[in-house]
This record gives sequence, structure tokens and C-alpha cells, in this order.
Amino acid sequence: MEMTEHTENRPARDLRVKLGNVELKNPVIPASGCFGYGYGMSEYYDIDVLGSISFKGTTLEPRFGNPLPRVAECTAGMINSVGLQNPGIEAVISEELPKMREAFHGPIIANISGFSIEEYRECCRRIDGEKQVEIIELNVSCPNVHGGGMAFGTCATSVADVVKAVKEVTTLPVYVKLSPNVTDIVAIARAAEEAGADGLCVINTLLGMRIDLKTRKPVIANVMGGFSGQAVFPVALRMVWQVSHAVNIPVIGCGGVATADNVLEMMMAGASAVEVGTANLINPWACRDIIDALPAAMEKYGIESLSELGR
Amino acid sequence: MRSNDTTYTILDNSWIGANTKLMLLEGPTEEFTRPGQFVNIAVPGFTLRRPISVCDIEGDTLTIVYDVVGGGTETLANMKAGQKLDILAALGNGFDISRCGEQPVLLAGGVGCPPIYSLAKHMIANDILPTVILGFNSDKRMIMIEQFENLDIPFYVATLDGSYGEKGYVTDVIRTEGLNPDYFYACGPLPMLKAICGQLSIPGQVSLEARMGCGFGACMCCSLETTRGAKRICKEGPVFEKDELIWK
Repeated sequence: MEMTEHTENRPARDLRVKLGNVELKNPVIPASGCFGYGYGMSEYYDIDVLGSISFKGTTLEPRFGNPLPRVAECTAGMINSVGLQNPGIEAVISEELPKMREAFHGPIIANISGFSIEEYRECCRRIDGEKQVEIIELNVSCPNVHGGGMAFGTCATSVADVVKAVKEVTTLPVYVKLSPNVTDIVAIARAAEEAGADGLCVINTLLGMRIDLKTRKPVIANVMGGFSGQAVFPVALRMVWQVSHAVNIPVIGCGGVATADNVLEMMMAGASAVEVGTANLINPWACRDIIDALPAAMEKYGIESLSELGR
Repeated sequence: MRSNDTTYTILDNSWIGANTKLMLLEGPTEEFTRPGQFVNIAVPGFTLRRPISVCDIEGDTLTIVYDVVGGGTETLANMKAGQKLDILAALGNGFDISRCGEQPVLLAGGVGCPPIYSLAKHMIANDILPTVILGFNSDKRMIMIEQFENLDIPFYVATLDGSYGEKGYVTDVIRTEGLNPDYFYACGPLPMLKAICGQLSIPGQVSLEARMGCGFGACMCCSLETTRGAKRICKEGPVFEKDELIWK
């Protein structure tokens, strides 16, 4: 009898979170590039358990991406240099999104890349109005072909220019996925907010490299790549804290998240939701496992509702 | 939906060559559909899983044969019977034996032998009689000779230095033995596969390897440009048709 009362008195754990006006049933979102367009992962679990999905970064034209090898092992992490392989925005809309919608019925985050402001604009114009696409996430880590090849995300005015251009063609909330490879991420975050960004995703991968001792050459064909995985979690957490305390728009925490405890920590740092990347590649069930583990983790730390944590 | 039971127990982990070990594992095998599929092994202490072709499946045991080439495979090599491994099984497409012609030849080089052994066994079980030709640098690097001999099918070995079998490449054996295959299956080092595809005018299937991120199609780290568009070696491969491959 006492056991029953205890169980009944135990508060239900509320996993719902909000990204602006977009409500997610939980804060767990597979990060772009680590989950394709979602449907391929349906052979591992019912992906409808996910809060949202950020789909594979999409450009205007199809791209094959970089030569192989594109991946390198690191301690508690990995480096990738895929090079934005994707079938292009038209094929994403006509072929990938329909299959994605069959497997996933929640809000979709459209991750958009571009090598010029015009390309970002055109991709966002075309994705606007697509059913279930409720957030646009701009990947500003690609080089600006009109700006000497420097990544958009490393320059506050470039980020602001992209956000302003995109906001003219879409009514969807526009999030900017910030690069950590900058001197002052807070300045870039503020520039994005002032330009009209509705939210931020913090962080993209850190630039890294490995050398093969036998060949004495870089492991990655493209020499450098994006470093991700559990090793980057403290860096990502620090940047989420800094950025979320400097802006008044929602922040999605991203970088090295692999456990329910990591999710809580990210949210305590100021994230409203959390993207999970590399963990999916090691354990295809990672996001589902994290969602399943969240209620017990919340109970352990006395959290009744996740929305009480996020900023 | 795939089972999330990914725990396998090591039953044996023995040297079978100068630099090659055979690992016998006990665990779920029911998801395998074709020879030439691979497993992706979480190696303790490493982030990325290690993809390794399956050599044989018997009941609830599976055999892998691997070269010790780096930190990951060194750690695997040091594991003992009784220890457990987290393994994603039945990955990739595997070989298609439905279009094997009348006289298929199976060509393997070095650590390409294990999946070819699995293919040969599978063909024999389906009343197809393949010819097998294995190639090695020298007799010191040979593996699995006895297993192939025990299959009791036409079987040849070539070594580059002539220390065992015929001197030369696997394609030389086809010529010198007057073989007249009408379809081929191949697995081995890239230069060997390129030579086979260039020298043999018959159709065939080729199993490729690559550094992989996930091994199940999520990350696009092992993409290949083919004559039929971009494909993932881990998902649409690792077996490709000869006419899909673009050699540079």
C-alpha cells in the first residue's frame, strides 16, 4: 500500500520543451549529418520518439562531397570531412522529405548550407512552406566563395548578412548553427540575434586533423575536418553558457552529447533543446536510449519538468 | 526492426597467419541474409567501430578473420575467449549469387579471403560449383589454405614471389590454367581489384572496403561515386557490380 502511494505521488516527468513557438515532446534532436533524413534509421527504432530531427545539410545543387578517407579516429571523438554531400534542395523536397514524413511526424529542422548568400536565400525560399518543416537551421561553417573562401560563420557581418537575406524569404524561425572556430563566439551570436535570427545552435564541429604515423600523411584526404564526439562536450557546454547568457533567443546545445546527464547539463547551461550527433554513429539507438533514460535522470536530480531548466 | 541485442561472446581468438587472427564469436546471427555482409565492432577504448567482413556463420556462431594493422585491431587481437564485444551485425548488401553464370570464379587477395570463403560455402550449399583462386605476396602471408582445400572445389593459389602455388597474380592463373569463367566475384586490395576489372572482360561483383564512420548509412563518410550515382560503401555496398565502378 505504501509502495503504491509512493508511486502515485511520484510526479510525472515532463519532457516537453519549447523552441520559441515550436513545441517538442522532448529535447532530443539528432544533429544534422549524423542521421541522414531519418527514415534510414527506422530499421533500428521508431524515430517518432524523437523531439525533432535536423536533416542532412542541404545545398542548392547536388554535391558529392570530398574524396575518401573522410573520417578519422580520435580519443573520445572523431574527425569528419564529408564535404556537404547531398542531393540538392529539389531532390530533398521531392524525394527525401516525403520518405522522412512517412517515418517521422514531428517538427523537422531543415539544415541549409550555402557558398553564397544567394544560395542560402534560394534554399530557404524553396523549403519554406514544406509540411512539417518548422525551423530552418543555417550551417554557416561553409566557405563564402565571394568572401575569399573564409567561412561565413567566422565573421559577424557575414553571419548577419546571411540571416537578413534569409529572413526576407521565409516566415519560418531561422536558427544559426554557430562555428566554435572563432575568437569570440558571443560577438557572432549577438550579430545573428541583431540581424533577426530566431535562435542559435551551439556548436558545430571544431577544426582538427590527424596524421597517419605509417604514411606520415594526414588521415583525412582533405587534410582537416570537423572534430566531434564526447571530447568536445566541455567546449560546447562552455559556449552554450556564454552564448545563452548573452542573447534573448533560444539556444540548441550541440557537441558531444551522449547521455541523459549530458542533456540535463546542456540545459542547465542554458540550452532549450539538445542536438545529438556523433553518438548516433557509434550507437544507432543513442537518441532513443537518451530519451528513455531522461525520466530517471530527472528524478535523480529532482527535476519535474525539463522546461524549468532551459532559458 | 533490427534487434538491439548487440552482445557477442568471444569463443576463440587465434593467430592463423603472420599478421592475421581468426575470432570465433557467439551471438545473434539470424539477421544475416547474404555472404559478404560485415559486422561493425565497438573496440574498447576507441570511438569508431571497426568494420570486418564475416568469414563464416554456423548456427549462433560467426567467424571473422582480421589483419592486425593498427591500434583498434591490436586491441581486438589482445582480447581473450570469454570476453564480450558490442557488435552491429548483418551490415551491407553482400554478394548476389543469383547472377553467377555457369562457371563463376572467386578471386581473393590477402585479407579479402574471408568473405570469399563465406561466398564459396554459400554457393556450394546452393548447388553452384565455383572455382577459387587466392593470391598472396608470399607463402609467409598465406591464410585459410586448408579451409578452402576442404571445400573440395577447383582451387588455386598464386604468390607474387612464387614461394607457393603459381608465381604471379590471380588473373595469371586464369590464363595459365586455361580457365574459362563467365562471371567473377572479387575481394582484396584495391590495385588487385582494379587489375581484375581491367583484365577480365566478363561481368562480376567486387567487394570494397573503406574507412567508415558509422557502418550503417548515417554519416556519408564512405561514399563512392559510381556510374549509377553516389552510393555508400557501408549501405548500398560493400559489394558493387563491376560496371558500377569508376576507376581513376
